[in-house]
This record gives sequence, structure tokens and C-alpha cells, in this order.
Amino acid sequence: MAMAHGGTVQRMDELAALESPAHRLDARAKAVVTFAFLVAVMSFPRHEVVALAPYVLYPVALLSLGGIPARWILKKLLVAAPFALFIGLFNPLLDRQPVALPGGLFVAAGWLSFASILARFALTVSAALALVACTGMDRLCAGLERLGLPRAFAVQLLFLHRYLFVISDEARRMRYGLALRTADGRAPSLRVYGSLLGHLLLRSMDRAQRIYGAMLARGFDGEIRILGTARWTARDALFTTGWLAFFAAARFWNLPEFAGRLLTGELR
Amino acid sequence: MHMADALISPAVGGTMWAASAGLLAWCARKIRQTLDHRLVPMMGVLGAFIFASQMINFSIPGTGSSGHLGGGLILAILLGPHAAFLVIASVLTVQALFFADGGLLALGCNIWNLGFYPAFIAFPFIYKPLAGANRATPRAWAAAILAAVIGLQLGAFSVVLETTASGISELPFGSFVLLMSPVHLAIGIVEGLATATVVAFVARARPEAVPSPAGSASLKPALIGLGIAALIVGGAVSWFASAHPDGLEWSIAKVSGREEVGGGAALHEKLARVQEKTAFLPDYGFQPAEEPAAEGEPGPEPWPAVSAGTTVSGVVGGLLVLLVAGAAGLALRPRRVAS
Amino acid sequence: MSHHIVEARDVHYTYPGGHEALRGVSFRITHGEAVAVVGPNGAGKSTLLQHLNGTLLPARGEVRIGDDPVTRDTAPRIRRAVGMVFQDPDDQLFMPTVLEDVAFGPLNHGLAPEAAAERARAALERVGMSHAADQPPYRLSAGEKRAVSIAGVLALSPDVLVMDEPSSNLDPRGRRRLMELLKSFEHTKIIATHDLELVVEVCSRVILLDGGLVKAEGPVVQVLNDEPLMLAHGLERPHSLRHRHPH
Repeated sequence: MAMAHGGTVQRMDELAALESPAHRLDARAKAVVTFAFLVAVMSFPRHEVVALAPYVLYPVALLSLGGIPARWILKKLLVAAPFALFIGLFNPLLDRQPVALPGGLFVAAGWLSFASILARFALTVSAALALVACTGMDRLCAGLERLGLPRAFAVQLLFLHRYLFVISDEARRMRYGLALRTADGRAPSLRVYGSLLGHLLLRSMDRAQRIYGAMLARGFDGEIRILGTARWTARDALFTTGWLAFFAAARFWNLPEFAGRLLTGELR
Repeated sequence: MHMADALISPAVGGTMWAASAGLLAWCARKIRQTLDHRLVPMMGVLGAFIFASQMINFSIPGTGSSGHLGGGLILAILLGPHAAFLVIASVLTVQALFFADGGLLALGCNIWNLGFYPAFIAFPFIYKPLAGANRATPRAWAAAILAAVIGLQLGAFSVVLETTASGISELPFGSFVLLMSPVHLAIGIVEGLATATVVAFVARARPEAVPSPAGSASLKPALIGLGIAALIVGGAVSWFASAHPDGLEWSIAKVSGREEVGGGAALHEKLARVQEKTAFLPDYGFQPAEEPAAEGEPGPEPWPAVSAGTTVSGVVGGLLVLLVAGAAGLALRPRRVAS
Repeated sequence: MSHHIVEARDVHYTYPGGHEALRGVSFRITHGEAVAVVGPNGAGKSTLLQHLNGTLLPARGEVRIGDDPVTRDTAPRIRRAVGMVFQDPDDQLFMPTVLEDVAFGPLNHGLAPEAAAERARAALERVGMSHAADQPPYRLSAGEKRAVSIAGVLALSPDVLVMDEPSSNLDPRGRRRLMELLKSFEHTKIIATHDLELVVEVCSRVILLDGGLVKAEGPVVQVLNDEPLMLAHGLERPHSLRHRHPH
């Protein structure tokens, strides 16, 4: 399902290497806030659409602060959408209860929950992408490790991320070599596949062995130590408490409804 | 079958996070105890390999389509269950973070569905006892295919359970199973074939790279494995069935749209109670959407509070908020100094 | 300064598959020397280098660094004295940023994070890579990667620098910079390479290895100028020497 688009990861890393106020925030602050965001968004009843609107502010603010191009995020959303779309589309088919909309229109309630699924999807995915794009894998892992992520797993993530490019490049060269020698552009037979991938696997294992040698050469004793340069500042505290308060407010009060009443004069 | 955040509830997401995190911590400790420091780079590189392997496909005879390696089973064969689980978890995390393939709160579900079953059920109870010492025999192939199929079936089944328990999708349990199961049977066979082929090649080219299975070729663990699989599936089905005495008939009726609303109402309420206790936003967290509304409104299916957000002022306010968010976004953009 | 002496005595090594890579290699390298190990592919150069810091241990014979024989027990201590730069920088630069990577060794040797970071910065400065401290290693050019790998080793303040094919994959400018850098080091240097021009510029002595045995040893000009010897071992006489010593 997930193709190893080395380019996708590379683009993400380029964005993560930008300098911006969002990038300068401590990874822990962004991780905690993003997590709270996800929980808040997902905790809404399933037909809720309008009350989700205020939550757009968080990914939009983070992405804008970070100078992350909106087109990039939109493209990622489209690419990732099919599963949620597919499962969500059953809702309008299965849930036919009519619901009145403003203006005397009626729709099946399933359409509302479908819209809600799409809104949740767009919110959660863009927030998660914003987190990584504004933080970078290295700082995120270091931050999560300080929040209690097991060291072994943090290191695993870092190594995986580091060697993604290297091994993907090898795979790409293999695929290219294969394409040059096959006329019809079809995927190879299982037998050829086995030896291709087997070779790639053996080469990967050899590389792991060499990396291990290089680690030993510089005193590796089973423990990966990181510099951990991050500092928690007042800005991080402000960022965290501010957003948490906002998420809570938007969760307990239907802010759009409130704003709308103000505007349409319904408020007494 | 990566689940997205949009389809799960915090209660389900949280439960599965706890389960996966606990398992992860346990695996991390187990790996430390082996004191095999070589595993550190090996796990990282093999995780990258799993990604890269998906760039190369093989053609499935007679179908015109192509397949590739899945990951879970081959990692368990090469690294053992604990390290394999950690690697799978890391692959899924990177997929969620970089490709938006599977959500962050759904990550617990995804790690469990795609990591636990292949590493801790399919490998130790199916593949290991059945494969035999020679990885190139039909027997080893059959073992890989069976293990991959069972691992994926259990995973797919969990997806259905978690989605249904979340109550956001309207897909009823039974028809969701009917939707997922055959698809993942096919995927499982393809993954089994790919795994067996690659393992056979590596075992031939460099025997020491593939740990040999522990001598005993007894069928007992395999039977235990199948038993566990059956228990999980059976237990879940009966849970739902007890909520709906007419079992499968109910799910069919549900698809046709005539039977009363209320997919996994019992489970749903149970989870809601769990959630109240764990206090994820106690008052609002999890409105039991299926709870029959008390007012005798007309129409066969009573409906929960859908009205709040659908008034004129709601829509106007929603648009206003979006507008404000957009403006804020523009205002916050860093002004890039020409460099 | 006896601990700068690197000595191999009748070193034998056979790989698990049965390949006999070293079949009795002996040499002695003294403090401050720059020695090249040359020979065709498969001569045993990389295998030999891996013996110098205990990555591999001899099946027979021994390797001594100063007064210490290299054994499983002494290896961790030996690795502080002998810094190893690997052939593929991607195998060596495994940490997420350049600074983290260079600080990896100092942190392992028990330095506090601040001190380790300082050491790393100084080493990056030494190889002219300070500007890249916060970058991920894979974004660097081949030459920059090489420089950073060297910094990672320098940060451990080794007495002996061992390098495997340091100029491979470098463009001419990167290679030129590398040679200038190598010439500026006062460490004992042991360099395995096919790049004979680099040998002429950087090294004073050559050990010619083939089939797991030392076939010739001596001053650079003498060994590399011996055309029949060079051709017999899959090498060729470097151009620069032809100009310097026209026949």
C-alpha cells in the first residue's frame, strides 16, 4: 500500500529543515498538542460537522507558521484519502434517516456522518503531517523519547528513517536494471522476484553488519546516546497551554454555532 | 488495511494504543536482554528494506496483477518475534508520519493488527512448527502461505472489530467481515508466496542468515495457533451475536436497511462506559449515537442529536470560523527575506 | 610514543565460508608514518584493515597496537587509539544529523553532552564542515560525507588513522580537498586504496598485498615505479611518477 517514495520522505525532511517559529518550538510541545488535537477531534459524535470547524485553526496555524506549502499538504491528503473515503461512503448508503438542513433541504443522515468522516480525516491527517514537517524525525524522536518512548524504539525509528534512502536507492537501481532487460515492462516472475529481492535482502544485511562495525569502531556498547539539545522554554509552555485551552473550549462549546448566532442576531 | 483516525473513536484508539505500547515496551526490554547489539543496525536496515521491497513487484500468474512482500512474516522469520514486532511498529509509524498512511491515534490499532498477529501468532504457532528445516520444500512454502493468510485474516478481523466498536462507520460487522475477509485471503496468499520465495533464496545463498527453526516439528504449536485464531474470531462473533440474537440474519437485514439501527450497541455501550471511567472528556466524549431517543418521533429510526450543527446559525458560524482560520494562516506565514 | 606502533605478525584469517583472505601478513608501521596498502580487488586489504581495530581477530598470528595485542578484551581500548574511516560513508554516518554523528564516539567514551558537542564542533571545524552541523548526513555530497566521517573519527582523538578507499566516489575537487586534509594530519596513517596518485602525494611507504600475502614493501616511489611488479598484481605505474622519473 505504501510505496517507498524516497522522494516523499526527502521532501518532508527538506520541509523539516526549514527555519521558522514553528520549527523552533520544542518537539515535545508540538507532539503533546497534536496528540490532544487528535483526541479532541475524534471524540466528537459521529454526525458532527460544524463544531469541528474551529479545529482547522491548529493545522492551518502550524503549517503557516512553519512555512509549509498548502499544496503539498493537500496533495498528501488526496493520496491518503481512498480508505477513509471507501469505508465512509457506506454511511450514506446505510444510514438513510432524513435530516433537515437549513433552507428546507433534507439529506440522509449518512451524508452528515460521511462529511464528518471526511472532515476528521482532513483534520487528523493534516495535523499529523504538520507535526512531522515542522519538527523533523530526529527532533521528534528525541522529544518522544524524553516523553517516555522506549529508547530502543526511538533508535529503531531513527535508523529506519536514515536507511530508507540508502536501501530504496538500491531497490530503484535494481528495478531500473530489470526494466532495461525486460521487453514488455511486466513485473518479473515469482522466481526472478525471489532472487532480486533476496539479493537486496542480503545486501541490506551486509550493510547492517558494516554499520555495526562502524558503530563498534566508535565505542558503541549497546546504548545509543543522543546529544539532546532541545530546551523547554516559556514559548513552548505558552504554545502548549494555549492550544490545549482552545481545544477544550472548542470541545465543550460549539463555537461556530455561537459565532453564527452573534452574526445572525439570534443571540438574546 | 491501515486504519485512519477518521474512523475510530478515542476509546478504541486509546485501548489499542495501550495494548500496542505495552507490547512494544515489553519487546524493547526483551531485545535489551538478549544483549545482541548487532540487532540495532540490523533492525533499522531491515525496516528500510521492507519499505524498499515494496518498490519491486512480481506478476501473479494468470491474473495480470502484481504483488509484493508484506513484511510482518519475513521479519519474524529473520529476526524473531520481538525484534520483528518493533520493526513492524517502526515501519507503520513512518508510514503514518510521512505518508499519512494510517492515522496517529489509529497507530495503536495498526501496530496491533499488522504486528501482533504475524509476529506472535502466525510465526511462532504456524510457520515455525510447520516449515521444517529446509526452506525450499513445498512444505515450507505451504507453511509460509498458511501463516501469512492466518496473520492477515486475524488482522483484517481486528480492523473490522475496531471499526465497528468505534461506531463511526455505518458498515455493520457481518458485511464488513464479508468485505474484508476474501480480499485479505488473496493478499495473504500473495504475501505468503513472496515470503517463501525470498526466504528460500536467502537460505540457499547464505544459510546462516536465516535462523533455523527450533528442531521439533511437532504439530502441537500449530494446532494451538489455529486454536487461538479460532478463539479470537469465535469470541468476537459470539459477542456481537449475543447482542443480536439473530446473528448473521441481523447483519444482512442491516445491509438491506430494514432492521433497527444499532450495530454493536452492546459493545458500544460497554466501551462508552469504559470511556467514562477513563475520563476522556467525560461529558462529551462519546455520545452513544445508537441510543434510542426517548421521544417518540415519527420514523422507524430514532435519531440522536443531529440538529445542533445543522441550523442556519451553525452553518454561518462554521463558515466564519473557517474564514478566520484561513486569515490567521495567511497572517502567520513567515515572510521570507530574499536570500 | 610506543603506542603508535602498529605491528602485524604472521596474520592469518579465513572467512566462515572458507575463503582464505589473509595467509600470513607481517609488517611494522612506526609513529607518524603514512603507509598505503595497495593491491588488486580481493587482495585482502579490507580484511587486513579490519584486524587493526579488532573488528576481525586473526585466526593465527597477532596484531599489536603499541604494547597491546588486539584481542576481544583489548578491542574497546584499541578502538580509542585506532580510528577507522570506512569505505562507504553511508555505513558510518548513521545518526540523524552531522553533529549527532560526530558526537557519537565522544558520547560513547563517556563525555558529557556539552563536552561531546564541543569536541564534535572542533572536529567539524578541522575538516571544514562546520556549516553542515545540523544537516542530515544523506543530504551531503560524497566529498562532504567523507569529510564528516573523518571528523567522526577525529573527534575521538585517535593516534592512528585507518582509512579504506578514502577517495572512492569523489569528484576531482573533492579528492583534491581530501588529499590536502590528509596531508595536514600528523597521525600515523594507514590507507588502503586503488588511488595510486593519492598514494604518491600522501604516503611515504607502500605495502603491496595480493592473495592475502605481502608481495612487496618499501618507499612509495620504489615500489610503484616497478612496472613489472605493478602489472603482475593488477596495478599500474602512476602517471605522476612517469613524469618525475622518465626512463
